[in-house]
Amino acid sequence: MAEKEKLAIVVFSGELDRALAAFILAVTGASMGMEVSMFFTFWGLNIIKKNEGGIRSKGLMRKMLNFMNRGGSKRLKLSKFNMLGLGTWMMKRLMKDINHPSIDELITMAHEMGIKLIACTTSLGVMGLPEDAFRSEVESVAGAAYFLGEARQSKVALFI
Amino acid sequence: MKADQSLDCMGLYCPIPIYETGKKIEQLKLGEVLEVVADDKGIKLDMPAWCEATGHEFLGVEEEGNEIKVYVKKAH
Repeated sequence: MAEKEKLAIVVFSGELDRALAAFILAVTGASMGMEVSMFFTFWGLNIIKKNEGGIRSKGLMRKMLNFMNRGGSKRLKLSKFNMLGLGTWMMKRLMKDINHPSIDELITMAHEMGIKLIACTTSLGVMGLPEDAFRSEVESVAGAAYFLGEARQSKVALFI
Repeated sequence: MKADQSLDCMGLYCPIPIYETGKKIEQLKLGEVLEVVADDKGIKLDMPAWCEATGHEFLGVEEEGNEIKVYVKKAH
């Protein structure tokens, strides 16, 4: 085949449902032979934060933010009908019921397929997030120019 | 239709049948036919689209009851 087609996705949102949509498209794109990169920014960073341990950040406001906005794939909530976690718990049950992979499993699949997971440096700076707050599957950090560089060469570019 | 290998995707939804097909096709030899058995109706449109994108040949769909069988020929 000729040169691979590219798919570039900005993941801005940090909810479970939106994360699912992003990873399903990314994994499907890679299955279709596309070269996929996912650029996580703002609330989207919650999806790729480590589940374990605390987040070390400096300054009272950033400490408060990272306490209230802990993130991690296991803490994501639905954008609708969270109902203090009950709705999210039910949705996870329903997904399991049809053998749908969890966000964790999708991240592993994405990583194994060579999908690039990139964290936005500006968000890291604003929120005071150290690079070690993120899971090992995250390949690097970069800025908007990197994403646009990828998007320019991509057949498909999405903002989720 | 006769197939060289079969992939069972019964009970699985998008994107898993496509994801598994992408992995399975690697194990076939050039010109061999893969049968994917699924019950998610989405596969009837997803598999031709996957073939178009990857350059493998879509041979067709057969349905028996709730079983949908799609056939793909490895083309490269």
